[in-house]
Amino acid sequence: MKNNLLVSFWPHIQMKDSITKIMWIVFLSLIPAGIAGVYFFGLHSLVLIFVSIVTAVFTEALIQLIRKKKITIYDGSAALTGLLLAYNLPPAVPFWIPIVGSFFAIAIAKQTFGGLGRNIFNPALSARVFLLLSWPTYMTAFVNPFGSADTISSATPLSTLKEGGRTLSDIGLTYMDLFLGRRAGCIGEVAIFLLLLGALVLLILKIITLHTPLSFIFMLAIFSWIFDKHGLFKGDVLFSIMSGGVILGAFFMATDYVTSPLTKKGKIVFGIGCGLITFIIRRFAGYPEGVSFSILIMNAFVPLIDRIFKPSVYGKK
Amino acid sequence: MVKIEENKIFTRNRPIEKFIPPVVYIPLIQHTGKPTLPLVKAGEYVLLGQKIADVEANITASIHSSVSGEVKAIQLYPHPVLGKAMAIIIENDGQDKNEIKPLKEEEVKNLTFKELRLKIKEAGIVGLGGAGFPTHVKLNPPKPIDTLIVNGAECEPYLTGDFRLMLEKTGQIIKGIELIVRCLELKNVYIAIEDNKPEAIRAFEKELKSFSITRYKLHILKSYYPQGGEKQLIKNILKKEVPSGKLPFDVGVVVHNVGTCFAIYEAVYLNKPLYERVVTVTGNCLTHPKNLLVRIGSPIKELINYCGPLKEEPKKIVLGGPMMGIAQYTDEVPVIKTTSGVVAFGESEVMVSKESFCIRCGRCVEYCPVGLMPAILSLSSQSQNWQLAKEYNVFDCIECGLCSYVCPAKRNMVQYIKTAKAVLVKNEPR
Repeated sequence: MKNNLLVSFWPHIQMKDSITKIMWIVFLSLIPAGIAGVYFFGLHSLVLIFVSIVTAVFTEALIQLIRKKKITIYDGSAALTGLLLAYNLPPAVPFWIPIVGSFFAIAIAKQTFGGLGRNIFNPALSARVFLLLSWPTYMTAFVNPFGSADTISSATPLSTLKEGGRTLSDIGLTYMDLFLGRRAGCIGEVAIFLLLLGALVLLILKIITLHTPLSFIFMLAIFSWIFDKHGLFKGDVLFSIMSGGVILGAFFMATDYVTSPLTKKGKIVFGIGCGLITFIIRRFAGYPEGVSFSILIMNAFVPLIDRIFKPSVYGKK
Repeated sequence: MVKIEENKIFTRNRPIEKFIPPVVYIPLIQHTGKPTLPLVKAGEYVLLGQKIADVEANITASIHSSVSGEVKAIQLYPHPVLGKAMAIIIENDGQDKNEIKPLKEEEVKNLTFKELRLKIKEAGIVGLGGAGFPTHVKLNPPKPIDTLIVNGAECEPYLTGDFRLMLEKTGQIIKGIELIVRCLELKNVYIAIEDNKPEAIRAFEKELKSFSITRYKLHILKSYYPQGGEKQLIKNILKKEVPSGKLPFDVGVVVHNVGTCFAIYEAVYLNKPLYERVVTVTGNCLTHPKNLLVRIGSPIKELINYCGPLKEEPKKIVLGGPMMGIAQYTDEVPVIKTTSGVVAFGESEVMVSKESFCIRCGRCVEYCPVGLMPAILSLSSQSQNWQLAKEYNVFDCIECGLCSYVCPAKRNMVQYIKTAKAVLVKNEPR
């Protein structure tokens, strides 16, 4: 008689996918946009990305060590948080900004809640907002592509328009510039084309779905078009979605598994909320950009959304 | 829709072979319903097909000897579902002595509905798809029924027993279906087969033509898991749903597995009780995986040896399919009426990855065939918030295990869900 047989509940086979695989695929899908960022803004951006990732991974290991938990830094989630935080930084911030930020993201926004899967707010975005509120000067000082670090006071297209600019050509940019990333902005948000390419990979591999990004972008575009500050139906739709961090936010941050709704219906509602809040902040609040805030605010609604927008259960109509 | 690795290739082209062991261990309970009591004693000689256990009840199924020979003992013995249960142990004398006499076509034609039903009850037939519900009960429904779905989906990976049966015994299965139609005076009959079994579909097309039967509709299903679930079949074929907490009866439908239809044919035409069934014996440990016509009570270790030599020691042995089968603690357990497969997994096929916390990827929600949110069910069970599990309809779960299959965090969803159900039932019996 064999006594060493393994006994467990069914199913006895499982898909080969794992958290680790998913996280590293998302990580890789973001790499092209980062390379573009470094190309536009110089090697200092590469340093920031590197420092941010290393700090995130180190912090995760440190806290897991202190808490006597299994070290899970190889699953890629901490590295991904570090990468995303760096992508949300202006290219000229001092090197300690990502150190403080990544530490905050992992230690406060993620591990205090219990680690991967338990955090309510997107760690990278929490850290970005923390940095924005703590060091506003650093976090709002941008540089032009290929500009030297001295020309640090460049404004982003969004802030220029907010402060009175009228059209894209007033700033001296074309839609193609926006699409390719030739504009001032955060390291990883500018290369729209490469971000979309990365998102396409995630869509094909079914790691993300279109529900959140599309409803997010659609909502923002519609409202920006209708309620423009120069009059009804005068908004620049393409500008509204290709400026700022909309593409990075909608495809890579609002789709974060842990902090977004579980159901398709819920994901759409989540995206609509993000789009709407982004629009409101851009149009009426003090900040030129509202993507980070909008996603964080909607993060708080996720449990409620999950509860309201359940799928229909078989035989319960 | 998620594609599960089918792995049916190992056995799909292997014709059904007979397997007869030297000793059989026949449990007194192999069905849903009241356990039977032995009718024989140790030392007694029994014939093949002789009734050896029964009980006065409606929802039960009598048990027959699967060999001729001497009863050695009646004692506790490993059981594939219950862990341990009373079993009648019979030594096979290899003679297969029996008093089974087939009926003539005329005699079958003259049987009344009551006689038919009695014959099926006497043969101890239960649903052979896995649930093991006594078939005669399903033939006497409390409500009128107009539709029969014959389940030939066989959506479990690895298993090919139903497929081989459909291929090799097409005519007999159709005769069995006709008997059910006679019992229930049915209007609609659907024979449901997944599109990964084109040979079986062709066999039925041909056979239905030669019988010149046109009222039976062959319904070709997309092959995906869990297509063969009763409720899924009803939804996909008839476009209607069985209300939560109700049975197919309630929407005028009954579902029978192809194997059960074949058993009904044998019981009525051949007078043969259910003492053998087709079992797929497979898995990467085996050099020669096979489809076997196995005598009930055969220990699975002998089936495994028969399909050997072993390439490696099995690490896990599953009775049934890999998605919903039950892992065994010993290879001594016998085949019972509901055993559709024996899958011997080796080191490489056994998953030992530890589960991690839910990352809320939502795949389980996307793929759940019932429309549940397994992620929330597992989390509420994990935190012992049983009421939350109930609020999220834990009792509608059919335990197909698809949520676990697609989970990148490798969570034991079925275990969490079954725990929640058990606690809720215990705390507040429904």
